[in-house]
Amino acid sequence: MSVLSFLGGLTFPRGIEPPGRKDQTREQPIRRLSFAPRMVLPLTQHFGRPARPLVTRGQEVVRGEPIAEADGWPSVPVHAPVTGTVEGVELMPTARGPKTEAILLRTAPGDSQVVRWHRQRDLDALSRRELIDAIQDAGIVGQGGASFPTHLKLSVPDGYAVDTLVVNGCECEPFLSADHRLMVEATEWIITGVRLAMRAVGAPQAVIGVEDNKPDAVAALQAAVAGDDAIRVTQLKSKYPQGSEKMLIKALLDREVPSGGLPYEIGAVVNNIGTMAQLGYLLPRGEGLIERVITVAGPGVERPGNYRVPVGTPLRYLLEAVGFEGDDPSRIILGGPMMGNTVAFLDVPVTKGVSGVLVLPEGVGDETERPPTQPCIRCGRCVEVCPVGLNPAELGRLAAKRQYQVMEERFHLNDCFECGCCSYVCPSNIPLVQYFRIAKSLNRERAS
Amino acid sequence: MRPRIEIKTSPHIKEPDSVERIMRSVVLALLPVCAFSVYQFGISVAALLAVTTATAVLTEQLFNRLSGRPSTIGDYSAVITGLLLALTLPPAFPLWMAAVSAFVAIALGKALFGGLGYNPFNPALLGRAFAAAAFPEAASTWTQAGLADRFTEFLPSTLAPPFSTPASVDAYTTATPLAEWKFEGGIATETWDLMIGTIAGSAGETSALLVLACGLFLVLRGAVNWRVPVSVLGSAAATAGVFYALDPGTYPDPLFVLASGALMLGAFFMASDMSSSPVTPAGIWIYGILIGFLTVIIRFFGGLPEGVMYAILLGNAAVPLIERIAQPRMYGLRKGRGQ
Repeated sequence: MSVLSFLGGLTFPRGIEPPGRKDQTREQPIRRLSFAPRMVLPLTQHFGRPARPLVTRGQEVVRGEPIAEADGWPSVPVHAPVTGTVEGVELMPTARGPKTEAILLRTAPGDSQVVRWHRQRDLDALSRRELIDAIQDAGIVGQGGASFPTHLKLSVPDGYAVDTLVVNGCECEPFLSADHRLMVEATEWIITGVRLAMRAVGAPQAVIGVEDNKPDAVAALQAAVAGDDAIRVTQLKSKYPQGSEKMLIKALLDREVPSGGLPYEIGAVVNNIGTMAQLGYLLPRGEGLIERVITVAGPGVERPGNYRVPVGTPLRYLLEAVGFEGDDPSRIILGGPMMGNTVAFLDVPVTKGVSGVLVLPEGVGDETERPPTQPCIRCGRCVEVCPVGLNPAELGRLAAKRQYQVMEERFHLNDCFECGCCSYVCPSNIPLVQYFRIAKSLNRERAS
Repeated sequence: MRPRIEIKTSPHIKEPDSVERIMRSVVLALLPVCAFSVYQFGISVAALLAVTTATAVLTEQLFNRLSGRPSTIGDYSAVITGLLLALTLPPAFPLWMAAVSAFVAIALGKALFGGLGYNPFNPALLGRAFAAAAFPEAASTWTQAGLADRFTEFLPSTLAPPFSTPASVDAYTTATPLAEWKFEGGIATETWDLMIGTIAGSAGETSALLVLACGLFLVLRGAVNWRVPVSVLGSAAATAGVFYALDPGTYPDPLFVLASGALMLGAFFMASDMSSSPVTPAGIWIYGILIGFLTVIIRFFGGLPEGVMYAILLGNAAVPLIERIAQPRMYGLRKGRGQ
């Protein structure tokens, strides 16, 4: 397979090529959904400290108004997605499991799509630092799934210089096509966002990487940056996990992020295409992040598509709106099928980092079936696909013997970013990446 | 709406392949080789294949019972061991000896180590090595291919009663092309005959071309790592090429080396056994090169005309050592900014 990668297009070594399964949604323009009668807005929709509520029970808020403020630097504010009344601040279930504090909003009947709150700034006059503050005020977090606050990602520590802003338009997870639709329909916002992000990090150039299964997106972006030499659009081979930070940098810049390090150490900062669209839309308007585009798909959905959904919309409302009956036992996945998590409650809301909602009924196709685990036959497929160059077979053997520390010290367990390629290819059905997650968290527990 | 929701961890999709499918395709790829050797050597080889396969499967089942594990017959790996063992034995090998060898192959070669995936040596080759040690005469007595009455009569030694050693019947025995070269001082076989297989040899080591075709099917099917046959055959050809270039009068040409004996069968079906070969690509290259090199060294300088079996077993033994030095190159450990 590695022999053919030269012919197949620009990419990183190893990885997998699962069926794309994007046909269900990729041709469908982004649509809006009506407002849910009740919105749930967790104070932690991002990586970092929870936001601090600014509202109290019974208070009326308008669409777009800040309802929680950032608690210091590693935190972002939350804005009201609808005009309505605050019902309270309560502990609510989240996708990750433990309950966290969330602001509950009762939507005012007949509310319109108009955003009624703005904080206008003269963007051209802002310094780099002020621009980053404005990004924090907009409540923007990474739209690809990790939910890392964007202002943190764009802040380059003193002593480092970033020469290239890398933009991830790969959307390498099967089923998802929200980024694809954004690149086709919201090209201008994306380019505006890219220019703002370049200013924020001080990068003289930007590269947008798009997988070759989205030729219309490549064409749209190329047309939009025609005449601007600072922004380059590069087509990449469609391969998973092409969109992961480290693999994208490898494919586009042929640089490697040092083990345990961050991209700015080698002069790059990576952002998701959806994040760029939010940045380019919100900042010029002086608005906060209250909506996002998500793919709702999977064999269990009657009306799959790409929807612009207010943050805080409960999954139950969203799924009913797209015709999910819930007759068959299903997995409801937030994100893509390779790295997304299943949810336990339908009361969980769509948050800022959710890129897709998939409904995979049990036993649909070979792909979701998991026959019983068998002994490792040492076929080496996991070694051939691991994008980091780990030895998952050996790691799996050690995990079975509970030698978690050896995994970390001698076999680089902590460099695993849990893409799941090893579990995907294992013919013995050994839950390798699942073992590695457990091993990592046990090691963390022991260390603390 | 009261949907039933499943809680699972990612990834939620899976490549539709399984151990059974891999093993089944190996069995499938072996069938033409088996059929051709039955065509060449007749009902004796058919009986040999049946006895080793049945013994291998029954032995596997027996050890599953003894150790209280669920049946592993469904994974076809015991069938492969049985077929491969038969294909490495002389066509006239007594059936009772074949049964004992098949028992040893599974019992000592596999079950003792913990079953599928834990065997450090290729079980079929361990069984073959046992046969060579326990029954040296029968294990090196070869029959000419294409005897007229092969579909109606068993070869005399095939039906030797248990625990007896068959008398050698000179009317049937002949030398393999490799033995002719080694002991009678020259190549007496056209390379083309090696390719299509109208020669003497083990049941499955006759037609190089057929084995090659079936092996390529497995490579395309993903059931054999392409690096194994490429490195084994490449290394054998290169090693033989060096000697041939130095002294063409003494040493056979590389093509003869590739097409003769069990090298094709070994490269595609035996060295490629996943459990007993390295798991990393770099490790496989070292392992394959070692096997190809050792095969030629044993053939040219050892006391035996054929060296594939011992070369692979030595390669198997070296795997833990090879894996200590051949781990994958890791992202982000050496390379910095664009350098």
